[in-house]
Amino acid sequence: MAKYSPNTQVDFVVVGSGVSGGIMAKELSGAGFHVVVLEQGDYLREKDFRYDQIQRTSHSSLVAEDPNLATFRQTDKDKAVLSAAFRTGRCVGGGTVHYSGSSWRHHESDFHERSIWGPIAGTGFDDWPVTYAELEPYYTKVEWEIGYSGLGGASPFESPRSKPYPLPPMPNKSSGVLMERAAQKLGYHAVPVPVAMLSQAYRGRSACNHCGFCSGFGCHNGAKSSSLSAIIPGLEKSSHCELRPNAYVREISTDSSGKVTGAVYFDVNKKEVFQKAKAVIVCCNGVGSPRLLLMSKSSRFPDGLANSNGVVGKYFIPGCGASAHGVFEHELNEYKSVTTTRAIEDFYSADPKRGFFGGGRLDARGNTLPTAFALGGLPPGTPTWGSEYKKALQNDFNRTMTVQGFLTCLPLESNNITLDPDVKDAWGLPAIRVTYKDHPDDMKNKAFFRERALELVQAAGAIKSWADPVREERAAGHTMGGCRMGNDPKTSVVDKFHRAHDVPNLYVVDGSSFVTSARNHPTCTISALAFRAADNIIKASKNGSIKAPAA
Amino acid sequence: MAASGQPGKYTFFSADQAVEIESVTAQILPTDETPGAREAGSVYFIDRALTTFDKDRQSVYKQGLLSLQAKVSQLFPGASKFSALTSAQQIQVLKAIENTPFFTAVRAHTITGFLVNPEYGGNQNKVGWNLIGFEGKFNYQPPFGYYDRESKSAALPTGKV
Repeated sequence: MAKYSPNTQVDFVVVGSGVSGGIMAKELSGAGFHVVVLEQGDYLREKDFRYDQIQRTSHSSLVAEDPNLATFRQTDKDKAVLSAAFRTGRCVGGGTVHYSGSSWRHHESDFHERSIWGPIAGTGFDDWPVTYAELEPYYTKVEWEIGYSGLGGASPFESPRSKPYPLPPMPNKSSGVLMERAAQKLGYHAVPVPVAMLSQAYRGRSACNHCGFCSGFGCHNGAKSSSLSAIIPGLEKSSHCELRPNAYVREISTDSSGKVTGAVYFDVNKKEVFQKAKAVIVCCNGVGSPRLLLMSKSSRFPDGLANSNGVVGKYFIPGCGASAHGVFEHELNEYKSVTTTRAIEDFYSADPKRGFFGGGRLDARGNTLPTAFALGGLPPGTPTWGSEYKKALQNDFNRTMTVQGFLTCLPLESNNITLDPDVKDAWGLPAIRVTYKDHPDDMKNKAFFRERALELVQAAGAIKSWADPVREERAAGHTMGGCRMGNDPKTSVVDKFHRAHDVPNLYVVDGSSFVTSARNHPTCTISALAFRAADNIIKASKNGSIKAPAA
Repeated sequence: MAASGQPGKYTFFSADQAVEIESVTAQILPTDETPGAREAGSVYFIDRALTTFDKDRQSVYKQGLLSLQAKVSQLFPGASKFSALTSAQQIQVLKAIENTPFFTAVRAHTITGFLVNPEYGGNQNKVGWNLIGFEGKFNYQPPFGYYDRESKSAALPTGKV
């Protein structure tokens, strides 16, 4: 790994080492640029990860634990209250270290859904400034370079692909088999879930051993294709990249001409350090990136960096969900292997006949771990303690399946990330204030998918089945929007190649660029956008618009 | 990891308090045809949690133990210890405090202590995992479950592009 002094003006500072930061650093350093990656969290290795349910439910070193990091309110008339529901990845590798690995491409239609459906009053529903065809080569690059397992062409709804997945899909679990059974009965198509996991050994990394500790955990043997396992080892070997963990960026600095000059961060001792750079790439995802831009105020940028139009933080999309559960006669043993192996895309597209905008994907999964299941997985009405509770737990733990919907979530101007005026985090920085309330169509869509999920569980042959109530979202596993991309500098934060409209040497590359939600599962698209953004910077530098350093 | 979960040794609870808490845990997950919280040692897990990662719940327990005693005396004049009541009486007391932060905390801790990794002091001899059928091997090969045998994977398209 390279080593740079903060006073050395490197070509790029990349803020964040998740999948987009990792890819940007890999591609740019590989092209000869000098890159410093600033990661707010610790550098944990595979040996540090434990099969520890307590670490997941109570105390995780993988996510931001600070209770004062985020606040939540539904509208700007409400007082925001502390919320632990917007925790983001905070370790080298970011959120991909602890995510479940489900990694779908968007469909062609996701990029121009406004043109297909038409405008939706009161929303920022819009086409993306990039098409599926433009992104397709980068999707392929993601699947092959990061290491995905799946079955291209299995879904009749999938958009065209130029190459199959490099690895076959994961072995089907019982929940997946039951999904196949239900789909066959109802005339739908159950297809393998593509995952950023290795079904076989790949490029020097081990195959998955199906331990089952995926979602919420770091992978012990590196089979999860996180930024940590798939990208960071390459950065370690690079002579053009330095990865600096425990570097919590509080501001991107600018000069009097309005150009970025570097980033100020707190080091592990909470001492401020300024790293000089020719350009800065922000990769902190849907809540972190808008927050950092908003914190980077100056006399020239009084409302935050790249925010002359006031769009930074707006159109935040946490993703919507709906779910149903069933108890079956025999054991599924869902605690083994990856979270989910089969899904249906038969209701992916929005359909005017339903009377509202919305679509989604449904997958079959288990409520994997013992403690989480025992505290929240039993059917409603089950006694919560005593002999009857214990009997239900004994019977249902291995016999329960969930059908989970990943649904559209309309982008609204009033759903946004702002800086909390009162709450400060452990570093004294303003907390992330999330304001979010579902659009009425999102609520109708959840009710529709709740019924579809229940129907699938019942068609699969559940002895007992129930659906979760339709809920307003108050949490986010997938943080999208907030620094949306677009061709019009008046209505978007970054251009189609993720360069800030306002600042020529500032880029924002992550889920915050998303214009719409698609059907959630943002990681594959975030990764493809990052490869594309890096490619463009490299190409542009050859045209002389960004100077590469002297060799 | 500090040595904990050793029968008879408590860091947070006094011996008397531990007997009371253990009796509550034994109503939450009773010992019947199968082992319960007592065999799993949930009380040792709780003791440890309250002195390590769940320190901020100490006051809930301190206050809760006092309230428990008060409730016992109120419902059964002359009695002072929850652990000395009959099982039916204990259930009556717990139903009366079911919605308190104390009971909510003990319930969550008892269940977690029943199913936690044994090094945390609970789930002794893996009685919790054995009850629910969690193998705890952290390394498996397919088939994973009963229905795997019905898989229609062979009928899928071959993945041609």
